[in-house]
Amino acid sequence: MALIDLANPSRFLTLSGRLLPWLAGATLFAFAFGVSQIIASPDDYQQGATAKIMFIHVPAAWLAMFIWATMSVAALGTLVWRHPLADVAAKAAAPIGAAFTLQCLVTGMLWGRPMWGTYWVWDGRLTSVLVLFLMYLGVLALWRTIEEPARAARAVAVLTLVGAINLPIIKFSVDWWSTLHQPASVLRLSGPTIHPSILIPLLAMALAFLLLFFTLHLAAMRNEIMRRRVRTLMLMQADAAAGR
Amino acid sequence: MRLGASDLACSRGGREVFSGLRFELSAGEALVITGANGAGKSSLLRLIAGLLQPTGGTLLLDGGDTDLTLGEQVHYLGHQDALKPSLTVAENLAFWVQFLGGSQAAMAPALATIGLAGIAALPAAYLSAGQRRRLSIARLIAVKRPIWLLDEPTAALDTEAQATLAGLMAEHLSEGGLIVAATHGPIGLEPAAELKLGGRS
Amino acid sequence: MTALTALLVRDMRLAVRVGGGALIGVLFFLIVVTIVPFAIGPDLALLAQIGPAILWLGALLASLLALDRLIGADYEDGSLDLILTARVPLELAVAVKALAHWLTTGLPLVAAAPLLGLLLNLDPTATGAVALTLAAGTPALTFIGLVGAALTVALRRGGLLLAVLILPLTIPVLIFGVAASNAAVVGPVPFGPPFTILCALTLISAVIGPIAAAAALRHGLD
Repeated sequence: MALIDLANPSRFLTLSGRLLPWLAGATLFAFAFGVSQIIASPDDYQQGATAKIMFIHVPAAWLAMFIWATMSVAALGTLVWRHPLADVAAKAAAPIGAAFTLQCLVTGMLWGRPMWGTYWVWDGRLTSVLVLFLMYLGVLALWRTIEEPARAARAVAVLTLVGAINLPIIKFSVDWWSTLHQPASVLRLSGPTIHPSILIPLLAMALAFLLLFFTLHLAAMRNEIMRRRVRTLMLMQADAAAGR
Repeated sequence: MRLGASDLACSRGGREVFSGLRFELSAGEALVITGANGAGKSSLLRLIAGLLQPTGGTLLLDGGDTDLTLGEQVHYLGHQDALKPSLTVAENLAFWVQFLGGSQAAMAPALATIGLAGIAALPAAYLSAGQRRRLSIARLIAVKRPIWLLDEPTAALDTEAQATLAGLMAEHLSEGGLIVAATHGPIGLEPAAELKLGGRS
Repeated sequence: MTALTALLVRDMRLAVRVGGGALIGVLFFLIVVTIVPFAIGPDLALLAQIGPAILWLGALLASLLALDRLIGADYEDGSLDLILTARVPLELAVAVKALAHWLTTGLPLVAAAPLLGLLLNLDPTATGAVALTLAAGTPALTFIGLVGAALTVALRRGGLLLAVLILPLTIPVLIFGVAASNAAVVGPVPFGPPFTILCALTLISAVIGPIAAAAALRHGLD
């Protein structure tokens, strides 16, 4: 089954409708496994159990970046390959990406409070995630502002790609700025080394988050397709009333 | 009720558009203003509505509500429709009815008369130009005001809607209202006085 | 529903539905607060010290954002003509529009200020003081901005000109807003006097703003 088969919205709705329950089930299973691994993992010798926030904080950051990459591929789909469902995929992914980024920020703040006594520090990593969050919000604002879906899709696609190119630059400059001001102490949120007892729960949660994204994304795409159908129906209703 | 102008003069952007204008209109009468583009048809309507100040002459309303200015007793139907695309048809009309002091009960009959009752819940962004025009006209019949100032009211209207408008205008006149309409062509007010603008008159 | 209530409800509906919605002002506020540390460094002690000032500047700029659309949008689609023919004094109509603007733009800024205070390492007293002064002062920003909006209504892209005209007029509000916020934290000057003056500025602008804006609209529309 080629990608082109999914290009038809009706076929996509049918296929995704069948796939969704399985995805949801897999997500639940992955979370169950991941949480069990977290509980089984040892406490940090310095921070105690608090450090286990890392297991939802770090995968959220990974997902935030992965979703922007997904949006970028969708943007290419809109601008270059003209795939009909590309903009639906992009629009559905944006709020989910923003949510993961926000979750990363909030868990980072909650972790920071007991660690450093303050909710926020302007270190390189947290700040980069904050900037990523602002860029997600910008994409959401642009989706909302342009009413016509096709025009909005093209504008957002351009913004997404420019953002994708910029993200490494922003990350680099923020890290450099961070070292300017904190030469000695390097605040590492992910702990000093990645020991297997930490790595496995981390990867398990990452997988669970990934499956969660796929589930939510698929459901959101279905909603967006149906939203556009409602819009088309309303346009047709207006046309009919005008006698055209 | 009588509306009269004597020696009326108007300038736009430093350029004199017309001067020495006079007309008189009584209840139940209509005045059709014709002339080339730029002759001042829209300016004259905006003058009467109080949106523009004359550079000379006077406008007089005899017999209206003395507590209100002339502008507060007119319906102005300009080139634009004053519709918000993100509000529905019903919300747009409801706002103007409430803001211009009309009653909510008049809304549904007004929408029915101009044929937009079926799409009252549709956002105004989805309407065609003709439907937007008809929604503006609905405003005129949902709120009662004695003087109608219409700037090319039949623009964008199909023949059926033009006939509806002609009927509404006739009804307004028969109830003792006044109409001043600027137009390029016939709009169904034929037995009306004509004021031709333009040229050194 | 009376005429003015209808206008208030409509303007609030439009603010929420159109464009980025009511939260885009908050987003701008967030962005302004975020970029300041990039310019001055992440020293938390310094940020806590100038935090109230940063929040006030951010709120000021974010308030100005939607102002040129406040009257400009009605001018462009012909609604302003009809508002002038309504049996409602123009002064009250523009005052109600300003109120709608504050409720949908200014008030969210006040609500967002405590969260942004977290980013700037402000302690609870400072955060509370800033939020309170913003609540008292942002209406003044809206009413003063109303005059600029009326003056620039017919201009195509009057946004920057509006800011140029209005920002000097908002300086007193900024001065007393930041002074009151700092007074609550640093002391020797008590919080009361600058805060009272701030409230007075809001009340004065609530009267002068609509009157001046209505005059500007009447004379400027020809």
